[in-house]
Amino acid sequence: MAKRVTAETLSRRQREISVSEFFAKNRHLLGFDSLRKALLTTVKEAVDNSLDACEEAGILPEIWVELEAAEGGNRYVVRVTDNGPGIVRAQAPRIFGQLLYGSKFHSLKQSRGQQGIGISAAAMYGQLTTGKPVSVVSRTGPGSPAYAMQVVIDTNTNKPKAVGRKKLDDWDLDHGTRVELELEAQYLKGRQSVEEFLHQVAVANPHATLHYRDPRGEEAHYVRGVESNPVAPREIKPHPHGVELGVLMKMLQSTEHATIGQCLSRDFSRVSPQMAVGLAKRAGIDPKARPHTVVRKAADKLYQALNDASTRIRPPSTDCLSPIGVQELLAGLTRGIRAEFYAVETRRPAVYRGNPFQVEVGMAWGGDLPADDLAKVLRFANRVPLQYLAGSCCITKAVMDVSWRNYGLTQSRGALPSGPLIVLVHLASVWVPFSSESKVAVADYDEIRKEIKLAVQTCGRRLGRYVKRKARARSEARRREVFNLYIEEVVSSVEAITGKNQKLFRERLLAISRKKTELAGMLEEQDGAADEMEASENVLVVDPDAERLPPPVPAEAERDPGSQLELA
Amino acid sequence: MTSDRLRIPASLDARAKIEHLAKKTIAMARREVDPYVDIPSRTLSNVTFSKRKKIIEMGDATQRRSLFNLNQARKYMQTLLVARGCTQLLDERKTTSIRDLYYMSKHTLADGKENTFEGQEESDPIIEDLEVTLGALREELHLFAAKRGSVVGPLTLVDAGDVIDLSRMGSGGWSVPGIVEPETIRFVGHGAKFILLVEKEAVWARLNEDKFWKRHDCILVTGQGQPPRGVRRLLYRMVHELKLPLYVFVDNDPWGYYIHSVVKQGSIGLAFESKRMAVPKARFIGLSSFDPGAYDLSEDVSIRLNDQDRSRAKEILNYEWFKAKAWQREIRNMLSAGVKWELEALSSKGLSFVTEEFLPKKIAERDWL
Repeated sequence: MAKRVTAETLSRRQREISVSEFFAKNRHLLGFDSLRKALLTTVKEAVDNSLDACEEAGILPEIWVELEAAEGGNRYVVRVTDNGPGIVRAQAPRIFGQLLYGSKFHSLKQSRGQQGIGISAAAMYGQLTTGKPVSVVSRTGPGSPAYAMQVVIDTNTNKPKAVGRKKLDDWDLDHGTRVELELEAQYLKGRQSVEEFLHQVAVANPHATLHYRDPRGEEAHYVRGVESNPVAPREIKPHPHGVELGVLMKMLQSTEHATIGQCLSRDFSRVSPQMAVGLAKRAGIDPKARPHTVVRKAADKLYQALNDASTRIRPPSTDCLSPIGVQELLAGLTRGIRAEFYAVETRRPAVYRGNPFQVEVGMAWGGDLPADDLAKVLRFANRVPLQYLAGSCCITKAVMDVSWRNYGLTQSRGALPSGPLIVLVHLASVWVPFSSESKVAVADYDEIRKEIKLAVQTCGRRLGRYVKRKARARSEARRREVFNLYIEEVVSSVEAITGKNQKLFRERLLAISRKKTELAGMLEEQDGAADEMEASENVLVVDPDAERLPPPVPAEAERDPGSQLELA
Repeated sequence: MTSDRLRIPASLDARAKIEHLAKKTIAMARREVDPYVDIPSRTLSNVTFSKRKKIIEMGDATQRRSLFNLNQARKYMQTLLVARGCTQLLDERKTTSIRDLYYMSKHTLADGKENTFEGQEESDPIIEDLEVTLGALREELHLFAAKRGSVVGPLTLVDAGDVIDLSRMGSGGWSVPGIVEPETIRFVGHGAKFILLVEKEAVWARLNEDKFWKRHDCILVTGQGQPPRGVRRLLYRMVHELKLPLYVFVDNDPWGYYIHSVVKQGSIGLAFESKRMAVPKARFIGLSSFDPGAYDLSEDVSIRLNDQDRSRAKEILNYEWFKAKAWQREIRNMLSAGVKWELEALSSKGLSFVTEEFLPKKIAERDWL
């Protein structure tokens, strides 16, 4: 017989479960389930933080990412530096050393930070695997000195402790933050690598300049393609349709407002005072009742009233979203992908379950892209690349749903199209519905899938027109070639028969040939073709033979010397 | 009509006609019209059988051949290349074979891949196109086909200045040149009662060896299969100038029937030449599908009709000039027998059966069509 364990003993043990244990057991949720993924997640958290911080402060981001192999094998140092607003010294330990601090979970605002568990998780992972604490250097402005510190996490109490604090008299940046940590990791190139992540960040964030150095010392640089930050997203109140019962009850408990009516009309968006009264009455609650007195049963009725089909609540306002934008997306695509044809579409905002969202699609076709591979889908949620679980992602499914043959591409049943194509899909939302806790794939909502499909189709039609015109232009060019070849024979025959030089005759025949094969001109003048094709800002055609776009590694002189930080 | 504008005046000589064609082409380009040539169609649908003249005549239908049509451009170019080649022959006062013209006109195009002509089978039809378009015969364009066909018999003629006695031609006979116009060939005298055209050269050789022509006073001709234009033109001249009847002796199969009909009424492809080549009085002397029975030929030497034979037989059954009852009966009899007979089958009755018995009897009994 096993010894009976008392509840008291159990509760004592439960208390002993430390944050480190929690972390170790939930690695997969946090993105540290493999050595390779740990490296990517760490970089990703740091870069997301940097971008968010810069944008919130209205600074055009410039970010340096450095990876170095550390001693001991399977150990790497990750160093991420930004030109952001810096961190107030007193706050730094909690930001880097306390799990879930400053989490944006409950904010209804489009932000990157929604994706991960935060940089503190990476710091903890580093400390757990190498014993080394995270190092931070930060400076909030030219007027104040930079400081450096190390943040040690007490894994029993989840409390950070700052050690080795010191002032730095001389730091390269006027303002900014550098975080450096060592962790057990594996560095590999290719799919789902740090390189791929940064490349995709560069595409979706054309306003950011990125510098990267891999463990072998190879560098990549992405110079910003647009000179303004995205419009800052506004925070909105929850829409009644997007609120779950538990959240509703919590809101009723914690509201500052005195009555149910006030709570409904002021804590939610799109609920007018009259509507609030009506909703409360329908749930059998006195609109004047105090919100925290509402019992679970009544709350359930209220919840049903809110979601009742007869309750007509206007969709939430959508100005809380910050799409990448047409020109910005084109800039991002062209700086990251060498193609011949680009098309971009930004859909109008839409709503799923009370949550505003907006879909953007970009396409790059031709050029250097491999012609015989399946198309590549780049998925983004709030500008953050999604690199895992492509197959189960709503975005991938929506792209496969489209009949690509209509656009002149080949596609096997139930597969992505094949051809020199990259499809970028960006989902911006105050609340991105992820299909799993690891937040790497978008859940399959009909509204979202439909919006993605429509945007892909719009771009696809533009691509199809271009591809077909190009195919026609090619066949026209072949026709012209044949005509011109034969014209020479015809002219020399007529010259022999008439005994006269027939220069004018020849010119006239060539002129007719040119006119008959007008479309062939498209191959010679790409710009003209684009103009003709569609006077649209959504399309960009790049002459594949002309001077290439600026390569990812720019000339030294092109970098902004003012904010230049040498990679250490 | 645009096609009228291109019509080439018949009064011009061949050289002027070609020049006319070239100038029209230049004019079209000046008016920004795609240059084209309207070529009289040499197809079944564009021929009619004149019941009165008993020859096949060409209709007015034309086919447009444009430079700026990918399906026609090559042939358009080739038409002008052939015209150019003929110009050169005419200017240099030389005559050459159509094979020579093919070589004169053949070269690789500027792209280094394509040739102006890939073979003589490509240039020959273009020459015929040019003939009908210009309304100028091959001879007028200073061209002739490779010569084919032989003649022996009691006939004396002058060929390019040489007096030739066709009864003294040994076993090979006199070979018929590509051009047999009066400028080259003149008849001097003859002692013949009829002309016998034999499809097969081997049978012709048998008849020659047996001196059939000597015993029966005939001019013995072979065209080695479908007679070339030189042979047909020579037959026409002999029939008209020497006033001799012409008997046609061919295999008993659809191809044999057709050879006879070409000699008699003209061909679809060269319908424009019928009036100077067709011999409506020509007689089909054999082999008839009724001959094997009448002359007791062994079934062993017959050949079963194949699908191609049958469909060709059905085709010619529908030709206007095969509509005569006797012909319908003749062809249907072959179809129902299901066999065909080559001339050589007669040899099964003895090597000289054809000369000693068959032909003399057929002629004596006027057993022909």
